[in-house]
Amino acid sequence: MSFAADDSRAAQHSAVCEGNEAAAIGVALARPDVVAVYPITPQSSLVEHLSQMIADGRLNADLLNVEGEHAVMCGLQGVALAGGRTFTATCGPGIAFMFEPYVRTPGLRLPMVASLVTRDLLSPQCVWGGQQDAMVVREAGWIQMYCETVQEILDTTVMAYKIAEHRDVMLPVNVCHDGNYLSFGVTRVEIPDQRDVDDFLGPAAINWHVALDPSRPMGVDPLTGGAGGVGPSSFVRYRKGQCRGMQNALRVIRETHAAWGERFGRYHAPLIEEYRLDHADYALVTIGSMTGAAKDAVDTARAAGEAVGLIKIKTFRPFPLEAMAAALAKVQRVGVVDRSVSFGWNSGPVYQETLGALHHTGRPIPAISFIGGLAGADITAEHFARAITITRELSWDGRPREPVWLNEND
Amino acid sequence: MQRQSRDHFDASTIPDDLAPIATKLSTMLPGDWRSMRPVIDRLKCVKCGLCWLYCPVQCVVEKPRWFDFDLAVCKGCGICAQECPQRAISMIEEVGR
Repeated sequence: MSFAADDSRAAQHSAVCEGNEAAAIGVALARPDVVAVYPITPQSSLVEHLSQMIADGRLNADLLNVEGEHAVMCGLQGVALAGGRTFTATCGPGIAFMFEPYVRTPGLRLPMVASLVTRDLLSPQCVWGGQQDAMVVREAGWIQMYCETVQEILDTTVMAYKIAEHRDVMLPVNVCHDGNYLSFGVTRVEIPDQRDVDDFLGPAAINWHVALDPSRPMGVDPLTGGAGGVGPSSFVRYRKGQCRGMQNALRVIRETHAAWGERFGRYHAPLIEEYRLDHADYALVTIGSMTGAAKDAVDTARAAGEAVGLIKIKTFRPFPLEAMAAALAKVQRVGVVDRSVSFGWNSGPVYQETLGALHHTGRPIPAISFIGGLAGADITAEHFARAITITRELSWDGRPREPVWLNEND
Repeated sequence: MQRQSRDHFDASTIPDDLAPIATKLSTMLPGDWRSMRPVIDRLKCVKCGLCWLYCPVQCVVEKPRWFDFDLAVCKGCGICAQECPQRAISMIEEVGR
């Protein structure tokens, strides 16, 4: 950070900063009790900003400086079980190392918030952005919200605490933002007032349902499951509870975004955003920071008389099935742009899930998978213009289609 | 076991489909599934206390001239017999339990 130690950004009304610092500002506004950190590109500057804030006394939190991501998540589970608000951030190989305690967190219903500064996975060796890491963990049980802009990172990071800690949800949230393009992209952000954020979030209620607390002694995560006794029914009960929490989150995410807009004047699409979808014959589906260039391409095509629109996914977990099906019902053809690969389906994962949503429209339509932006590659307006043209020309033949690799010839 | 099973707080206020928790202790003890049991040779025992230190379930109990075992708790792992420098502990098979 380049500003002086006594220059409290949390007291400012605006700043020009990178996406990782915007996330750190959002975290500081949420006043976590403990921040556990381990650096990994392109996430490192996020926890460096937080470490600096704590060192400067601008954030009153304990810094847990541990030996790796596995210890990060284990430590934070203890903090949450003791009632503390937590934060960490990771990506790529970091979340791979965190995986074992990471997948236990939703089942313990611990309302943590963690940034996923999305990075492509190894191998081939790379250190750049891509959404493969987040897509690999999409069935881990964490809520996933993908940001489009630096401002949305700040706002969503604060909102994530409200969503996670809602009594009807009680699930951990990953705020995902694209490595490189958003993590290091610098722009002006508006910073909400601390008192407003305090009032918006309210007091933290983290461990009312499961706790490490001498006054409420309990066994945390006792053995369930198996084929006898109460094992099968208890395991199913907890699994159904997790699914219910996820479905409740669809409502809570909408409510929280609406409340945020009313209070701070910035309305972000909570689940999906329909962009120029009215009277569109066909549409692109996007997720994350690529959406800006895609909207530019849609605007250009619209100006040239093309009836194209765009559906941006913000919340990917829980999957906004009803909203997605309603949007898809408006178009006749769809092209889905992924920044990751579903190896088993020879397509992108968002494409696969779009096909799932199409089932609920009762009307299969021609669809195609575009894969771009892998390992830091840029998806430009020109790439999107090509995707628009290909989608426009789609016709129904009922056979699986090869994906289009947008950066194949770059 | 009555004492161990008492309710410490009202867990019924917590939804039973959130985090898995247990608020009553199980009545099952490690000795319930033991296949071998330790037997002490009282003449060989010098009360060095190594068995007491090594026992993973803390079932070693002190007697006036030797150490003995709480067989309700002992799980029969045999670590005490392995570690005893006096070879005062032997493991015998449980039969007819």
